Amino acid sequence: MIKLTNVDKQYTDHHALNQVSVTFPEHQTTVILGPSGAGKSTLLRAINLLERPQAGQLTIGEQTVDFSQPIANKEVLALRRKTAMVFQSWNLFPHLTILQNITAGPIHVLKQDKAAAEAVALKLLKQVGLEETAHRYPGQLSGGQQQRISICRALAMNPEYILFDEPTSALDPEIEAQVLRILQDLAKDQHSMIVVTHNMEFARRVADQIIFVEDGQVAFAGSSTAFFNRPTQRIADFLDAMKF
Amino acid sequence: MWQIIQSSLPEILWAGIKYTIPIAVISFAIGLVIAAITALVRISIPRGNAVGKALWQVARGFFSFYVWLFRSTPLLVQLFIVFFGLPNVGIQFDAWTAGIVTFSLNTGAYASETIRGAISSLPNSQWEAAYSLGMTYRQVLFLVIFPQALRVALPPLSNSFIGLVKDTSLASSITILEMFMVSQQIASHNYQPLLMYSLVAVVYALFCTVLSILQHYLEKRMSRYVVAQGE
Repeated sequence: MIKLTNVDKQYTDHHALNQVSVTFPEHQTTVILGPSGAGKSTLLRAINLLERPQAGQLTIGEQTVDFSQPIANKEVLALRRKTAMVFQSWNLFPHLTILQNITAGPIHVLKQDKAAAEAVALKLLKQVGLEETAHRYPGQLSGGQQQRISICRALAMNPEYILFDEPTSALDPEIEAQVLRILQDLAKDQHSMIVVTHNMEFARRVADQIIFVEDGQVAFAGSSTAFFNRPTQRIADFLDAMKF
Repeated sequence: MWQIIQSSLPEILWAGIKYTIPIAVISFAIGLVIAAITALVRISIPRGNAVGKALWQVARGFFSFYVWLFRSTPLLVQLFIVFFGLPNVGIQFDAWTAGIVTFSLNTGAYASETIRGAISSLPNSQWEAAYSLGMTYRQVLFLVIFPQALRVALPPLSNSFIGLVKDTSLASSITILEMFMVSQQIASHNYQPLLMYSLVAVVYALFCTVLSILQHYLEKRMSRYVVAQGE
């Protein structure tokens, strides 16, 4: 389980996270929704410690860190190894082949044997229908292909949680559907996932839990059904605004 | 004339192989290490406790001063200070060591700016992607950042290296018997300065042309993945 308690992140002129407390259960898909600039990505990045809030606590499994205290590098690395991140712009390493991109983490971070890591990588590539790209470079692939590769890179780390930061925002609708289907399959396989997205259909069909963030605060946390039943006027307005 | 060239060329080439190239290669290698350390200190964000942060600021100030000093003063002056000046305060180097020390520090100052610029040109998302996998700072640097930065830095670093090969001629002023000094000595015996200096110029040009070809090959090799993007 991942638990954030009273997390506070303040930029010079902006309160990105304001006393956020939220729990992400294991083997479930939590979708984080909210208007642009609400603090969704900041919340997600705080879990991976790419953002360092000024206050509050983060617990992943048995490990807890207090953001108001200096966090030892060892603790940061240990926490990061429990989560893997999939970015909006995929952020593959352009100088490495696809196979090297996927195996970099397992070989250098998890200290896996190269042959074993490559075998896993090839299996993952096959699962997403991209096994023929193993020896190509990211620049030779389309955006949708690169995003599928970055999902493979995250899965290869065998993380406790996979964090998706708007994974389809930079893709055209047809490709977006392909990537969302992969996420749906992962959800069916009981992977623990936290997904920041604007795609309501995905949230409705796949989310076990929905967190609605606004002005750096959690305005709603509950089941997908409860959310789409428009529990508050603000959520009703938000859902109406998302309609074409 | 042909006879003079035939008799002088082996001597000049030998001086090149024995002094010019080793000085340039060793100084450049040491200079690159200095440059990488300098660049990293200057771009890093200090973390840790107050004492650590203060020490980091001191280190950053030191390296900034070093870069400013070596980029603001002529190489010949630096050579003279190290070889002729430092003995006054009890630091004495033989000519070879003084040459290596000066050329390394000078290269380090210039190359650090090249490396700093190359690292800064990479998107922050590359650091984040590597960190999100749980890589350590060192792993991020050596597996993700340096290989990409090196491709960006290669043309200006090659320029620096070619410049250094030519600058080694200044080592003659601190008694190192490199190519230029050998050609000076031969000219003083055969009274053919135009021929001898032209000959040594041709040899420098030859060395630099070989390096340019090597640079072109390396650039092509390191840009494989960028070329691929256009396919």
